[in-house]
Amino acid sequence: MLKQIEGSQGVAAAVALCRPDVICAYPITPQTHIVEDLSALVKAGKLRSEYINVESEFAALSVAIGASAAGVRSYTATSSQGLLFMAEAVYNASGMELPIVMTLGNRAIGAPINIWNDHSDAIAMRGAGWIMLFAETNQEAADLHIQAFRIAEVLRCPVMICVDGFVLTHANDRIDIPMQDEVDAFLPTFSSDQTLDPAHPCSVGAMVGPEAFTEVRYLAHIKQQTALLEITRIADEFYNTFQRHSGGLVREYRLKDAEVVVVSMGSVTGTIKETIDEERAAGHSIGSLNIVSFRPFPAESIREMLKKARTVIVIDRAIEPGDGGPVFQQVQHALIGEAPKVCSVIAGLGGRAVTRPALHRLFEYMRSDAVESPYFLDLNTQALSNFLSTQRCRSGCCHSCGSC
Amino acid sequence: MPIKGCMFQIRIHGRGGQGVVTAADLFAVAAFLEGKHAQAFPSFGSERMGAPVVAFCRISSTEIRLREPVLEPDALIIQDPTLCASVDVCEGLSQNGYILINSKKSPKELGINDRVRNLPPKHVLYLDAAAIATEHVGRPIPNAVLLGAFAAQTEILQLENVKSAILTKFPGSMGEKNVAAATAAFESVQQRFQGADSC
Repeated sequence: MLKQIEGSQGVAAAVALCRPDVICAYPITPQTHIVEDLSALVKAGKLRSEYINVESEFAALSVAIGASAAGVRSYTATSSQGLLFMAEAVYNASGMELPIVMTLGNRAIGAPINIWNDHSDAIAMRGAGWIMLFAETNQEAADLHIQAFRIAEVLRCPVMICVDGFVLTHANDRIDIPMQDEVDAFLPTFSSDQTLDPAHPCSVGAMVGPEAFTEVRYLAHIKQQTALLEITRIADEFYNTFQRHSGGLVREYRLKDAEVVVVSMGSVTGTIKETIDEERAAGHSIGSLNIVSFRPFPAESIREMLKKARTVIVIDRAIEPGDGGPVFQQVQHALIGEAPKVCSVIAGLGGRAVTRPALHRLFEYMRSDAVESPYFLDLNTQALSNFLSTQRCRSGCCHSCGSC
Repeated sequence: MPIKGCMFQIRIHGRGGQGVVTAADLFAVAAFLEGKHAQAFPSFGSERMGAPVVAFCRISSTEIRLREPVLEPDALIIQDPTLCASVDVCEGLSQNGYILINSKKSPKELGINDRVRNLPPKHVLYLDAAAIATEHVGRPIPNAVLLGAFAAQTEILQLENVKSAILTKFPGSMGEKNVAAATAAFESVQQRFQGADSC
């Protein structure tokens, strides 16, 4: 049913259609509206679920772990520092192969404190063994949650759905919310083959020593490889059921003949597509590749789609200081031995809007020969030099400050 | 930089507590009820009571992919006229754009006449929305009044859908009072425009 609602409401509605038995909630901006909406649905008797308010994000995921280990469908949501605070539990959930679904309302990580959108939080957990899918639109954000429970329960692996904070979570959009019977047909009732049960005591996540830990991690890696197939299969099945393309590994736009391809994740892809149409109208051969599945990373698919391009521009919404753009690193790795020049762009950190004028300037700059990498989009060089001029050189070996 | 297709972009300036974000949502719901695509979003500040707040709404006949803030609005709605002195509220306004101000004072008195005097007749409208709201709702919340006035001024939205949007968001007597306020504003603006080429 078509509705004009906030992105968070769409996610909450989709999660409710998946009939989670346990929802654990701890508020943090910008995901809070999602769990608030779910609590209202539970309170109104429209959703039969045990709604557990906890005292921290660490507890939120720990309760979800306990519930999932006891054999019921479990859900939680968080953002930013909240995800970091639950970091230990994030690894435990995947290590114990628990099919928890968690929404991450993507937000920057402090300090300095910043409540706005970028991908730093998701990137910080990229090695935790979860499947991580990024929504481009609010429709996809809702749809991905329905797919997520399927993927998680088929693979016995937790799934994190990354939804850009504010830009999607707080945007009022047209969203098609499926009917309950359609979702029931798509998502079978959850049944667990290993459950914590006082009548039949067992341990999950018990100690594993050097004799088997490598094998445990090997299997986790193989599971992610299997996920590449399952994510594709379930997205295809979703399309057949709901007649809508959502999810999958990657999505292309005007890419087939493109000399330049812009790689991105999340909601910024919409603005990139709009800019690409304008660039195309001006005669430039340019297209887009949107990465939906960040974990597992679909290196094969990405290589196939990018190898004919002349230039690949990877837009990262996070930075690892001292290294660069994390998505760039992986795309570059996927293209080893292939022709394209791969350029790194850091954009949209801490809520800085990525606009069409900025993207046009970027694409023009990328057509020049000497390209900085990583290139920081919309860097305020005046503010930087003002700041740097107030800093005293402490090392005595600086070549640019002029004071040592 | 114009956007292809038939997209109409609105920017709303107000202060925290005036319902700026709600106003943008109401525009989006009214447009949705007309069968159009719509997107509304706030400027995502740390909103505080009384602080300047901006919200945006896009209305289009096709799917809206753009996620940047509205840089070149087709319409501006100024909920609090005191902002005209501290913020460049007219920034980026299209040459054929609309401006609707919640004020008894004219754009000239508000000091923004230079920015709006080349706009077409009827595109510049100011009215005391707070007074109309106080009369119908009992509180000086200008949202519904401005929504009704906007529908009459731009003819982008039909009054029926504006009413439905208000009732969707505020069911019950509060919604009914706001519908009365929106209708009064709609009719008042229509009367002002009848037989008059400027306001």
